Amino acid sequence: MSRVEVSVKPSLPDPRGEALKADIRDLGIGTVQQVRVSDVYLLEGDLSRKELETICRQLLADPVVEAYSIGEAPPTPQDAHAIEVAYNPGVMDPVEESVSKGIRDLGVKHIDSVKTARRYYLSGKLSAGDIELISSKLLVNSVIQHVVTSGEKAALPPASYSFSLEKVELLTLDDGGLTRLGREKLELNLDELKQIQGYFAKIGRNPTDIELETLAQTWSEHCKHKTFRSRIRLGEKVIDNLLKSTVMRVTETLNKPWCLSTFKDNSGVIDFDGRYALCFKVETHNHPSAIEPYGGASTGLGGVIRDPLGTGLGSKPIANTDVFCFAPPDFPHDKLPPGILHPRRILKGVRAGVADYGNRMGIPTVNGAIVFDDRYLGNPVVMCGTIGIMPREAAQMGQQKPGDLVVVVGGRTGRDGIHGVTFASALLTGESEETSASSVQIGNAITEKKMIDVLLKARELGLYRRITDCGGGGLSSAVGEMAAETGVKVNLEKVPLKYSGLSYREIWLSESQERMLLAVLPESVKELVSLFASEDVEATVIGEFTSDRRLKLLYENNPVCDLDMEFLHHGLPQSERKAVWQPVKHSEPDFAEPPDLAEDLKRILGSWNVCSKEWVIRQYDHEVQGGSILKPLTGINNDGPGDAAIVRPLLDSDMGVIIANGINPKYGDIDPYWMAASAVDEALRQIIAVGGNLNRVALLDNFSWGNPEKPDRLGGLVRAAQGCADIALAYGAPFISGKDSLYNEYATEKESICIPPTLLISAMAVMEDVSKAVSMDCKKEGDLIYIVGTTYDELGGSHYYGLHGATGNRAPRVNPEKGKKLMDSLSAAMEKGLVKACHDLSEGGIGVAAAEMAFAGGLGMTLHLDKAPLGEAITRNDTILFSESNTRFLVEVAPEDKQRFEQAMKGVTFAAIGEVNKGDKLDIYGTDGKKIVAAPLAELKEAWQKPLGW
Amino acid sequence: MAKVKTLIIRAPGTNCDAEAAFAFEQAGSAVDSAHINRLVAGDTSLSGYQILVIPGGFTYGDDISGGRILANELKLKLGGDIQRFIERGGLILGICNGFQVLVKAGILPPVENGQRLTLSGNDSNRFECRWVYLQINQESPCIFTKGISAMYLPIAHGEGKIMAEKETLETLNVVARYADEKGDTKAGYPHNPNGSADNIAGICDATGRIFSLMPHPERFIRWTQHPRWTKEAPKQHGDGLGIFLNAVDWVKRS
Repeated sequence: MSRVEVSVKPSLPDPRGEALKADIRDLGIGTVQQVRVSDVYLLEGDLSRKELETICRQLLADPVVEAYSIGEAPPTPQDAHAIEVAYNPGVMDPVEESVSKGIRDLGVKHIDSVKTARRYYLSGKLSAGDIELISSKLLVNSVIQHVVTSGEKAALPPASYSFSLEKVELLTLDDGGLTRLGREKLELNLDELKQIQGYFAKIGRNPTDIELETLAQTWSEHCKHKTFRSRIRLGEKVIDNLLKSTVMRVTETLNKPWCLSTFKDNSGVIDFDGRYALCFKVETHNHPSAIEPYGGASTGLGGVIRDPLGTGLGSKPIANTDVFCFAPPDFPHDKLPPGILHPRRILKGVRAGVADYGNRMGIPTVNGAIVFDDRYLGNPVVMCGTIGIMPREAAQMGQQKPGDLVVVVGGRTGRDGIHGVTFASALLTGESEETSASSVQIGNAITEKKMIDVLLKARELGLYRRITDCGGGGLSSAVGEMAAETGVKVNLEKVPLKYSGLSYREIWLSESQERMLLAVLPESVKELVSLFASEDVEATVIGEFTSDRRLKLLYENNPVCDLDMEFLHHGLPQSERKAVWQPVKHSEPDFAEPPDLAEDLKRILGSWNVCSKEWVIRQYDHEVQGGSILKPLTGINNDGPGDAAIVRPLLDSDMGVIIANGINPKYGDIDPYWMAASAVDEALRQIIAVGGNLNRVALLDNFSWGNPEKPDRLGGLVRAAQGCADIALAYGAPFISGKDSLYNEYATEKESICIPPTLLISAMAVMEDVSKAVSMDCKKEGDLIYIVGTTYDELGGSHYYGLHGATGNRAPRVNPEKGKKLMDSLSAAMEKGLVKACHDLSEGGIGVAAAEMAFAGGLGMTLHLDKAPLGEAITRNDTILFSESNTRFLVEVAPEDKQRFEQAMKGVTFAAIGEVNKGDKLDIYGTDGKKIVAAPLAELKEAWQKPLGW
Repeated sequence: MAKVKTLIIRAPGTNCDAEAAFAFEQAGSAVDSAHINRLVAGDTSLSGYQILVIPGGFTYGDDISGGRILANELKLKLGGDIQRFIERGGLILGICNGFQVLVKAGILPPVENGQRLTLSGNDSNRFECRWVYLQINQESPCIFTKGISAMYLPIAHGEGKIMAEKETLETLNVVARYADEKGDTKAGYPHNPNGSADNIAGICDATGRIFSLMPHPERFIRWTQHPRWTKEAPKQHGDGLGIFLNAVDWVKRS
């Protein structure tokens, strides 16, 4: 084994080291003087000194800025500490493949493996405790990495596997034994295991290990959405199937002809322009991101990108959206429970994982949100979504025929992520970090990118009949689901492996990333395999679809699984769940109205939820593919908060797709019904605010909830599902797909901390003409500012109450009949070009929206609250200014368009409440005519930009 | 005359090929793209093309350093073909990752004894996507920027900082420099988004036929791609189109 260390030349600054130094200082260790970072390459193979020199000079070290050394680590300078960090054995090294290729390209033949590590040189007065803290908090995540001690070997010796069939003694187990088996190994309950026991009793044998695990995966919450499909008792009411009776009912009732494929494929599909179709999916990846934020988030994004890719006959990803929920980044270090990563580290890791993967994929990240709440401390929520485009004729799921071949394409299979699906359905505990290491993976975007490039060519050539992704549950889920209607026979030893030594069980259950599954006509397979090979992507025949409706697996001709598809897919008994819903009574705040509301406005602007996310957004490529029409950052300095994003997927067309989201868990503490209603309203208002309309809006739901076996958690979930369904139906916006992630709780010794009820509503709308788009920044002095919509005394769950330490009880409600009329009128006015800027009102109400419009546009604004239409008597200015009532907009209209605008808005609630001016202040007058806010825009903007200005 | 033909080279991780193709098509060229493997295997030849493009992306993940692995591949496997392409008067455009590739392959600036220039990690130590103002050096022989004095374009990279010894910097044919909105080419971050020496954003060879830049002209072809198109007075095209029009016109004329 040869060791090479590459570092920035000592005479030059080292930006990676400087960034790490800043992070160390943030930890409170101010004595660190200098930090330098080296890359270490461990090369296994028969390499001569001359070859090593060539590899270093031509490949590993940049001749201008870097220096290299071959051999043992150079001596650590006096007063410096060296820490070398490497991946744990079995963790995929994401750069191994490309570095090996680079070495072979140099003409070096004998390279067997490459491993990388990183070496940190820290100088300054640092105690052993400091070093330990820096290692554990910043450098090493023990789930995937360790500090290298001297004499460690780079690579594991190749392991071998010899076949032996594992059977599980099931038939003789009593209820106690079944319960234990279910809890410890399979995440199945007693009823479910009894059903399985009955099946095997009938066929007169015990199951093999993978038969049982295939059943457990197929029947997992993650794959089967057992809670949403269960029979739920809520008081006197029985809900037979929550999914069908809520979100799916909306789609069925609305029956939109442009909905091409809903709730059956890997993502939902709508018509775009008659020639093309759009599909959209948002996935959650919470538990992996809790223990390894970078890997968890990157594989979460990698996974959701494969959903549109595996929809219909395959679509091209055109945009990503990301919504995260974390505990606040300033959470005190000393209050952090053991086994939990600090939220700042989780935020940074998740952001980096999503950016590194999304940027490498060349998919713009155009939209997102970050929500902060203490209760996400042990269990963050990470949601990634992808939109794809495909020719309309490729929109429907394919259907294989018996005799078609099962082909796996893309990355190789390793030991990664075994049990990811059942892990996703389990609760996190302090031990999760130790026990779940094999559930966490690191993605490799380039493997996925090259697979996508060649797959879309294969689709154009019609080389396969059906496609799906290998996601949670790996081949087990992908093959099992695709073959449900036909049957299949797979030879597991044919699956290409990353390294030897995998058992048949590991091959079948592995969740290695970047793999897709195809059904291929036998006569096309040669052309398909060689097309893939021409772009360095493996495509391997691993079996054949049959007509016997059985799942048959063989390993080196030994049968290891033979299950009836009917039982596998339809044998799961519908579970019964109990739910209760008891409204919580929160205390109402009791404080006098402050005479000057500027300070509170600044505090809301500077709250974690409202503040600028520019630090995150800039590190995502939101321009790649050239389709960006309205960007996430907008305004005179390109740094104001845009509402929805607009993307033009076909560069020579003027049609666009609008992407928006709605989320506000705070209202859920009062009533999840109105939280869900508000989320739908928010997503729709963002679409309207940028110039869209309600004609063709498709919704996705993502529920992240606590343990549904606890009746109070389930009661809230039922309320939320009903809320979003009722409102979406009234607005005429169908759901096309969705996802639920349950069991989001973190168990400490004392209690189980449940995340806040979290519902993300994602929306995608078709826009006929992107040149009609409207951005939120104020455009010109002298223009009028209107408020559209009615303000109520709805401060329950608001930021303003949050500032004053209260939750309150009046969460914002939605009147969708009035709301739809209002949105339709506003769309029509915008279509006519009568609106110069528009911003939807959400967190922080009128105050925040006005401030954002003014400082984004670099123009002053004056507002008079006495003119704002109220839905009830409100005596306090702070209530009007900060109420978070739904279905409201601030709109900028040129004085010459006043009459036409007012005419267009006839019949809905609106009023002119102010104007744009050339000044540099936001002035707001209260109902009594007294000034309640007089704030320089620079101060407002600074308050908004400072918190995440990292 | 025969239609101008442009070839875009793809490799694993290339991701700006479609918008680069659109830009050249808008400028009147026929466009093909080919995977690097096809060129290496000899299935596709450079001989039928007048313009060669290495577009943006993260080729081979930018593992080791941006563009390094593709650069070696070009140098070691296609060096002769590219040399002949240059000698017969072809145009080469490298954008973002393509810039990194051409520099590290020793194609731009042309290298006789070892790479002297590099694009290293941004001073901010992070990938950034933002719009930048560029001033075009009017003395430059670059055929791609003839008649253009300033541009506004997006950047999106983590490794865009030009670094070299002073003597090397002095010999460069600088085409574009980062500037502030008033045109000051000494402006610091974020106008110079990566800390590039002398605010250099793009360079060309002595003939002006090989040109590379970090910003993305192919992302600003239509006016509605501008970040403030909803506010500012519309222009007929995006600033980036001129680069592609110049290239295609030059081929047509020569």
